[in-house]
Amino acid sequence: MCGIVGLFLKDKSLEPRLGEMLTDMLITMTDRGPDSAGIAVYTDEKAGMAKLTLQAADPETAYDGLQDALSDAIGEAVSVRVVDTHAVIDLSEAKLRKARAALKEMRPDVRVMSAGEIIEIYKEVGLPGDVAKRFDIPKLEGSHGIGHTRMATESAVTTLGAHPFSTGMDQCLVHNGSLSNHNSLRRKLAREGVTVETENDTEVAAAYLTWKMQEGSTLGEALESGLDDLDGFYTFVVGTKDGFGVVRDPIACKPAVMAETDQYVAFGSEYRALVSLPGIEDAKVWEPEPATVYFWNH
Amino acid sequence: MQTFDLGEKGLRAMHEALHAQSQQTNETAWEIVNPKGSHAIAVGLDAPIEVTVRGSTGYYCGGMNKQATINVDGSAGPGTGENMMSGKIVIEGDASQYLGATAHGGLIVVKGNASSRCGISMKGVNIVVQGNIGHMSGFMAQSGNVVVCGDAGDALGDSCYEARFFVRGEVKSLGADCEKKEMRPEHIAFLTEILAEAGIDAKPEEFTRYGSARNLYNFDVDNAGAY
Repeated sequence: MCGIVGLFLKDKSLEPRLGEMLTDMLITMTDRGPDSAGIAVYTDEKAGMAKLTLQAADPETAYDGLQDALSDAIGEAVSVRVVDTHAVIDLSEAKLRKARAALKEMRPDVRVMSAGEIIEIYKEVGLPGDVAKRFDIPKLEGSHGIGHTRMATESAVTTLGAHPFSTGMDQCLVHNGSLSNHNSLRRKLAREGVTVETENDTEVAAAYLTWKMQEGSTLGEALESGLDDLDGFYTFVVGTKDGFGVVRDPIACKPAVMAETDQYVAFGSEYRALVSLPGIEDAKVWEPEPATVYFWNH
Repeated sequence: MQTFDLGEKGLRAMHEALHAQSQQTNETAWEIVNPKGSHAIAVGLDAPIEVTVRGSTGYYCGGMNKQATINVDGSAGPGTGENMMSGKIVIEGDASQYLGATAHGGLIVVKGNASSRCGISMKGVNIVVQGNIGHMSGFMAQSGNVVVCGDAGDALGDSCYEARFFVRGEVKSLGADCEKKEMRPEHIAFLTEILAEAGIDAKPEEFTRYGSARNLYNFDVDNAGAY
C-alpha cells in the first residue's frame, strides 16, 4: 500500500494555495503510508534561472558556508535556502552543470534530490503531517505538485527510498505498487548509461521514463512504452515542467480516483484525499482506466 | 428520520447506533451525513432499516449487510457490499472495484458505472448496473446474477461457475470458459422482475446472457493452458 496525491492547477488564483491543498490531501493518506512522505512542487518560472534541491544527513555541516563556496566555484552568485535536511539552490540555468560538478567535489555526501528550472522536492522518513511541518509545505506555491505517503515493500525505509523520485530535469515520479522486473531493467538502463542511485524499484521506473524522453519520446509516449516494459503492479503519477500524467497497469489493482473542475485536475489514491478541494461536490470524478495514459499540460 | 453526523461523531458511534437496532425497531430511517469517503460505513447491519448516506463512501460500505437497505447518495469506493448476505444497496453514482465481492444474497443497484472485478467470486447476490462494468467482472463467480445495461470490459466471467451475466451492450472480451448462451423465457421473466425491483427502465429482450461453458470445472491436464 501507499498513498498518492496530485494537483494540477488550471486556475492561477489557486497557485498560492497549492502547498496547503496538497498537505491536506497528503495527511488524509497517512494510513496508506505512515513510513515516509514526500512532495514535488513546480514553482514560478524565472527566465534563465534553475534550481537544485539537496538533501544531507548532517545539514549543519553540509550547508555551512555552501552559498559562498559554490558561488566562488562557479564564478556567479547563487542563493542557498536551507529547509531542515534539505537546501534549495537558486542559480542561473547556464551554470547548473558546473554547479553540480562542483557540489560533487566539495560536498560528496550531499544528495541532489532534483534539478530543473522550477521543481523542488522535499521528502523524509516520518508521518506525512510531521514531514509537511518540517518543510513548511503548506506555504509552498506553484502550478502543480505531486505527493506520496509510503508504506515500504521493495526497499528500506530511508529518506532516499521515499518518493517522489527525480531522475531528469524537472521530472518526478511517484508510485503505488511494486515492480517485479526492476533488477533486469536496472541492468538494461546501466548498459544505456543511465545510473539508478538506490535499490528502489520506483527509481528504476523514473529512470526508465527519463531515458525514454531523452531518446525523444514525449511523456505520453514514454508512459505508453512503460506499459510494455514495466512488469508489476503500479499506479504512477508523473510530473514534468508543464504537465502531469497518470497511468495504471493493465490489471489496475492499485486504487486511483481523479477529479476535474474548471479550476484543477486532482489525483488521489482514494476519494477521501479529494474531499476538501474547492468545488469537489460538482467535480467530474472518475477512476482512470487500466493501461490508459492520461496527461494534462499547461 | 435519525440523522447521524459521521464527521462529528465518528465511525464507532455510528456502528454502535446502527447495530443496536433490532428486528422490532421503530427507528427504521437513518441518514448519515458528512461521509467524506470514509471506509467501512454501515457494515455488518442486521435489521430491516433504511440507511441513506449523503455523499460518497470509501472502502467496504455496506459490507456483510443483512436485511438493511443502504442508499449511497454519491459514489462508492472499493469492495462495496462485500460479502453481503441479504438486503439492498443502491448507489446513485459509480462504484469502484470489486463491488459485491463474495456476496451471498440481496440486491446491489448501481445507477452509474461499476469498475473492475464487479461481482468477483459472488455466491448468490444480484447486481444490476445501469452503466458499464470494468474488466475481470464476475471472476470465479459461483451463483447469482450480474445485469449490465451498458457494456462489459475485458475477460467477463473468467473461470465462472453457475453465476449468470446479462449484458445489453458490448462485451469487450469473454474470460476463460465463459460463453454466450441462449435467452429463454425464464431469463426474460427474471430480467423483467429484477429490473423492476432495481427501478431501471430497460427492455429484457435487448440483453444477451453469458455463463460458464463448464469445461474447466474439473481439472483435466489437456485444459492446463486454459486456466
